[in-house]
Amino acid sequence: MIASEHLIEITYLIATALFILSLKWLSSPATARRGVWAGEIGMVLAIAGTLLHHGIVDYKWLGNVAMTAVPQRTALSHAFGALCVTLVGTAEFYLRTPEVPRFTMSVLSLEVILGSLTFTGSLMAAGKLQEVLPQRPITYKGQNVVNLGMLAVAIIIAVLLVLDPGRTALYPVMIAISLAFGVMLIIPIGGADMPTVISLLNSYAGLSAAAMGFVLDSKLLIVAGALDGASGFILSVNMSKAMNRSFTNVLFGAFGQVQTTAAATQEARPVRSATAEEAAAILSAANRVVVVPGYGMAVAQAQHRVRELYDALTKRGVDVKFGIHPVAGRMPGHMNVLLAEADIPYDKLLDMDDANPDFPQTDVALVIGANDVTNPAARNDASSPIHGMPILDVDKARTVMVIKRSMSPGFAGIDNPLYYLDNTLMLFGDAKAFVGGLVRELSGASAAHGS
Amino acid sequence: MKVDLITSLYVFMLAAFIGFEVIRRVSPLLHTPLMSLTNALDAIAVVGAIIIAGERKTNMSTILGTIAIVAATSNVVGGFIITDRMLKMFKASKAPKQ
Repeated sequence: MIASEHLIEITYLIATALFILSLKWLSSPATARRGVWAGEIGMVLAIAGTLLHHGIVDYKWLGNVAMTAVPQRTALSHAFGALCVTLVGTAEFYLRTPEVPRFTMSVLSLEVILGSLTFTGSLMAAGKLQEVLPQRPITYKGQNVVNLGMLAVAIIIAVLLVLDPGRTALYPVMIAISLAFGVMLIIPIGGADMPTVISLLNSYAGLSAAAMGFVLDSKLLIVAGALDGASGFILSVNMSKAMNRSFTNVLFGAFGQVQTTAAATQEARPVRSATAEEAAAILSAANRVVVVPGYGMAVAQAQHRVRELYDALTKRGVDVKFGIHPVAGRMPGHMNVLLAEADIPYDKLLDMDDANPDFPQTDVALVIGANDVTNPAARNDASSPIHGMPILDVDKARTVMVIKRSMSPGFAGIDNPLYYLDNTLMLFGDAKAFVGGLVRELSGASAAHGS
Repeated sequence: MKVDLITSLYVFMLAAFIGFEVIRRVSPLLHTPLMSLTNALDAIAVVGAIIIAGERKTNMSTILGTIAIVAATSNVVGGFIITDRMLKMFKASKAPKQ
């Protein structure tokens, strides 16, 4: 008996080490897949160890999703993880009440409050990403007061439960308020803030799992939860920095309200536009092209066309790179995954810090479906709502091309002075169709020149 | 109990520090796979769910535990599969052709 207990503990220990190695190997694409294997082996060991202990059979369950749905899927998996943690916490509470030590009750409350708000919050986020729910931020007067009030009530109930875990009637109230809080928290979040919010929910899911580790006295869970919490936290900090906003500003700031005034003044200014033919001619004459993709590319599913454009230009000796803003898309690294799916080599994908010094030597910066992350107002207009946000300096390139459906302001509703610059050409149209047009022009032209 | 608690806190603190150090080095290129992988690892919470469901102390704990197992297991399997699929797509430039 004792020997088997030790065996299980050692299995958990090895699993823990494998989890850490798994994340370490994720630091480079060259070793990253090894990292997944390490994680898988660790998981198998841990689960096998548990099954060994309790002799319970597990069911196999398969999950398979399209790459474009990755943000939704990630949000859903946060929801599932949080659901698991909340249910286990709830079961523990009812099994142990009324004799729950104070510390255990405190972490248990933390576990289920974080767990339930992450559950509903992530479902809301997934709904917004899947466009089942309206993507626009919904704000109303006194929203922050209501939200903070709900959180405060949940915490007060938690304190009451810690003082007397026998008050079982209070427990469902705490859960209900936390679930409602999760919904209210995500209602005012717009699509552009999704990367930060998903990271934050990731962190909450991790912390609630770590809290569950304290409740169940499982070091393995504590470590896994701490790793996940740390990862989510780092990503949220990165995302907030990339938007020059604080956490509180993302969660409680009303990003949706500021811009309504800015949108009105944009009508009269002239823009230069170009056809696919003209744009293709400029592109083929360029030495260096930097493509700046954004959420619009994902929506239009244009990544495979972009790959064809990359091939056509590379074949002509044009140096093509991709400049990727940390908050481009709807989750951290969203653009990288889409471009990798389209078989674009990862060494061509530059992050913001690597891409920016190159723009002055770039002939053409081609913006596909990105808006706010290229807005020079963030750099030089103190009155802009996004002032101070680090951007990709596409305006420093010799020519800027922007593929855009129309002149209507982007998701956040902020006017972009980039479109009115002398070196900017607007390419109006659907991203996928327009890039397809560019590819056709380029291949047609090369055939003509070749003959 | 007291000693156990302190040990657990140490474990949490050290794991958090290791997490920060290890994850800070993950390239922004791989932030999406990072999130789905940590999600899958996090679903080790399934261990807790298996214990709760398997003990069969009360009907409620068994039912809650079972739902929890389903939720977490889908995360484990789905998380690893999708992370691996994503990473498979990341390829370096091939050496210049001919």
